[in-house]
Amino acid sequence: MSDKIFDVQNVTLRFGGVVSLNDVSLHQNRGEILAVIGPNGAGKTSLFNSLTGVYQPQEGTITFLGRDAKPISIIGKKAHRVSAAGVARTFQASRMFSALTAFENVKIGAESHRGIGVLGAMLRGPATRRGEKTSDAKTEELLKFVGMTDKANVISASLSYGDRRRLEIARGLATDPQVLLLDEPAAGTNPSEKIQLTELIRKVRNEMGVSILLIEHDMKLVMSLAERLYVLNFGGVIAEGTPDEIRSNPAVIDAYLGSSTVETEERT
Amino acid sequence: MGGFGHYLLSHLDTMRREFWFLFVGGVANGFLYGMVAVGYTLVYGVLRLINFAHSEIFMSGGFAGYFVMKAMIGPTVPSGFATVYLIVIGIVVGGVVGAAIATLVERVAYRPLRRRHAPALAYLISAIGASYFLFNLAGKEFGRYSISVPQPYVNHTVFTIFGAPVQLYYLVILIAGVIMFVGLDRIVAKTKLGRGIRAVAQDAETASLMGVNIDRTIAMTFIVGGALGGAAGFLFGLGTGVVFTMGFTPALKAFTAAVLGGIGNLRGAMIGGLLLGVVESLSVVFVQAAYIDVVAFGILVAVLLIRPTGILGERLGRAA
Amino acid sequence: MMMTIFQNLSVRRFLSSVAVVAVIAVMTGPAGSTEAPTAGFTGSFSEKSSFFGLFETIRWVPFLFIAVVFFAVWTLWLSRGEQLKGGVSKALAAPRSATQRRPVRWGITLVFLFVAIILPHVISDPFWQAAMVEQIGVYILLAIGLNVVVGFAGLLDLGFVAFYAIGAYTTAWVTGALPTPPLFGIHMDPFFAIPIAILIAMLAGIILGAPTLRLRGDYLAIVTLGFGEIITIFANNLYGITGGSQGTAVIPHFSLHLGPIKYLWGLTPVPYYYLTLVFVVLFLAAFSLLEHSRVGRAWTAIREDEVAAESVGINPLKYKVMAFAIGASTAGFAGVVTASQSNNIFPSSFTLQFSINILVLVIFGGMGSIVGVVLGAIVIQTGSMFLLHSPPAGYQPSDLYIYLGALLMVMMIFRPAGLIPSRRRRREIRLSEAGEGHADEVLTGEQP
Repeated sequence: MSDKIFDVQNVTLRFGGVVSLNDVSLHQNRGEILAVIGPNGAGKTSLFNSLTGVYQPQEGTITFLGRDAKPISIIGKKAHRVSAAGVARTFQASRMFSALTAFENVKIGAESHRGIGVLGAMLRGPATRRGEKTSDAKTEELLKFVGMTDKANVISASLSYGDRRRLEIARGLATDPQVLLLDEPAAGTNPSEKIQLTELIRKVRNEMGVSILLIEHDMKLVMSLAERLYVLNFGGVIAEGTPDEIRSNPAVIDAYLGSSTVETEERT
Repeated sequence: MGGFGHYLLSHLDTMRREFWFLFVGGVANGFLYGMVAVGYTLVYGVLRLINFAHSEIFMSGGFAGYFVMKAMIGPTVPSGFATVYLIVIGIVVGGVVGAAIATLVERVAYRPLRRRHAPALAYLISAIGASYFLFNLAGKEFGRYSISVPQPYVNHTVFTIFGAPVQLYYLVILIAGVIMFVGLDRIVAKTKLGRGIRAVAQDAETASLMGVNIDRTIAMTFIVGGALGGAAGFLFGLGTGVVFTMGFTPALKAFTAAVLGGIGNLRGAMIGGLLLGVVESLSVVFVQAAYIDVVAFGILVAVLLIRPTGILGERLGRAA
Repeated sequence: MMMTIFQNLSVRRFLSSVAVVAVIAVMTGPAGSTEAPTAGFTGSFSEKSSFFGLFETIRWVPFLFIAVVFFAVWTLWLSRGEQLKGGVSKALAAPRSATQRRPVRWGITLVFLFVAIILPHVISDPFWQAAMVEQIGVYILLAIGLNVVVGFAGLLDLGFVAFYAIGAYTTAWVTGALPTPPLFGIHMDPFFAIPIAILIAMLAGIILGAPTLRLRGDYLAIVTLGFGEIITIFANNLYGITGGSQGTAVIPHFSLHLGPIKYLWGLTPVPYYYLTLVFVVLFLAAFSLLEHSRVGRAWTAIREDEVAAESVGINPLKYKVMAFAIGASTAGFAGVVTASQSNNIFPSSFTLQFSINILVLVIFGGMGSIVGVVLGAIVIQTGSMFLLHSPPAGYQPSDLYIYLGALLMVMMIFRPAGLIPSRRRRREIRLSEAGEGHADEVLTGEQP
């Protein structure tokens, strides 16, 4: 048994009468780039929201083996606690703090896990000043890592899609995660941005040792990036395997690859 | 133990003796709360906002009723058919003025903000401003002291229930309340307007794609809620008198009623109103009269703590 | 066809101008009464008046003139409106870096401080000296406290007066001015009431805020609205504890006994002025540091996008309760200053009017902008004191509230970010209006 980072067992998530995830079991190994694919409405984003504490599934267990491989149960934890445990994420339609600069966006991620310290902040004591310096340095380093040093003082709402994606990754990395969940990172980006993004995601894993879990519609990107894939359809897992295995899996071809979805999504 | 036990027993005894008397008063108040609560719930349903100016719609109905009664009632107290006629006139005028003020508030304080997609905080502040403006203007124009409304009847006991007298005033509220609620329930369940309101409450974007005119629906929602609030203001004024600040406390309680029943839920507003009216009335046995308003506030905080979705849950979109 | 539509729009614009001016005429006109409910309305138009001091006429004439001028200005404004619509792109211009504007800021701050220090020597009218403490200094303190709640955290608190009352009554309690025995059995100086009042107001804020802030944002508004009333009910009726509607016994002035230094703040306003100035400066410094700290950024993050903020590890509930508690304790602190300065406190001074008044200062000045809020407080409070000091004909003191209510609406419709907007706030509002970002969505967002 290899070293797991996420272990999802028999998770079922319902909204009223609608079953969004149906008895889903999957796992991610530490250091792995794992992808979850499936047609629209298959439950991918619901899965992400369950993994990050935004939704609370009614049945099943989600175990996260974060720092020191200590098992933590995700279900029942609020999103900010999940983040503190070492799970970072990006959003489908990227959600920046639009009125703030790129620098401030990342800095908020970098400093969120320290205690609140109102009194320190009001008096601006030495500890607070040291904290500011540390976060500034970390923010600069991360902006450099994603290649956005020159855009540090740009208001994030005026960034291009590709820049927003990279900035969101930097903001997630600022929380010192063990795993980074990317919700359709390539959506809305142009071909050259897509190549940059692929390289960046690989670099995150290789240089920072952060495991990657991504949802993506762009098959070319997924197949070149992911080491292993799960295919979701109608809220359930229908296949699992390496990109080559998935390509030749008849169930997948039937349910997903055969449909025209792939073609249309690839153009966006 | 002895001291507290005795205290409780003596109060329970009072409760036993006074129960039906207090119950009748509570039900009457409850109907008024319910009528005002409907206004909160309807606006909440379509805009997802608390209409802070609703208290002034209530107040304007009260003043409209006062001026009509003053103009129409001579030195002799009317009776028989004249009483019915006057009450109907009062309710209609209260309702029309309430609806007019509600429309004005929607046009001035809400619509410009909707046009700009303003953040929600802006709506709340604008509505607070409207409320504050209206009641202080009323204070300037109509004087700042409470005044009793000329009565369209001699308030006598019509019949007794378990020994408790039911006064004509309560009977009027009861009949008016039942008619209005049944009417409203039918409107929302059966008419095109009702379907529009429900559609917007469920999903404004889809509703507009399906051809529902959002602006018109929102305006009509304010009119319907305003009419009920204004009518309730008239009925309240008949019993308590009118003053420029009369809207504040009843509106706060009506909001409590709306939350108690499940905000956004019409039948919930009704049930919440009745429940609050009765509980509040019965609480007189245990607390001094000065603290009655504290009871309602306590209920509001308790509901928000224990079951913020209220008794029936939030569901204007799904059912009436 | 096009012509009639154009005419229609102009006609509508003209009628709106007349309506707005008519409302202003009524607001500023004579009062009516229950006996003569129409007297106020008719008098507002038919009373004798002068046409801007030029000749004698009837009141509706100058107002119609104003309406015409208003209409003309409006039409002109619209005709060159296209040039003014670059809002979003302007909002997105990169902010000037902190180092660029720091010397300028310091300069302006020092000038203001200098003016504030010499002011009581320039203004010797006792009315204005007292007003500078009671109506301006204390109100600035309250406004910058409420700004933390409304401006920084984006929460609406309509019962700010409750915490102010808690602070004032705590002072009375600690100094032994209540019918109940004082806190430590001895009559202490009001200075000792400061930490206690801050603590109690903060606790009250947490107790009220923690359960309510879990829910939709507008529930906080209504719960605080109710709480403001409840506090007055208690103050009025708990005779044995608060002294009821008779108010408290005499609360002593601040006094200082530090070794050889003995100083008593007495009835004259000037010493209180300087004490209040010191407090205001301290709070201003603390809150502007807070704004540009981790905490301030977390508030901005929550205001803009609560879901994203939570995903980077910010606990929204904790930060909201904290903002609410900071606001509450500032109000409690201001209560101490007022109680000690005015000697007696009465339940009747803690009204809804008061809470709304403070809210107006924050909204007018620019929520989230400390400089704006301070200037807003100075402008509005000076204006209302001027109306009180030398009222124009027909003005009654309570007419002020009509103006304040109208001002809230007008600000929200035309300038939601306030007189001197905070850069962040203005950007947020512009972006929200352009359909980007999620500013203040908390208030309408569904619970997940």
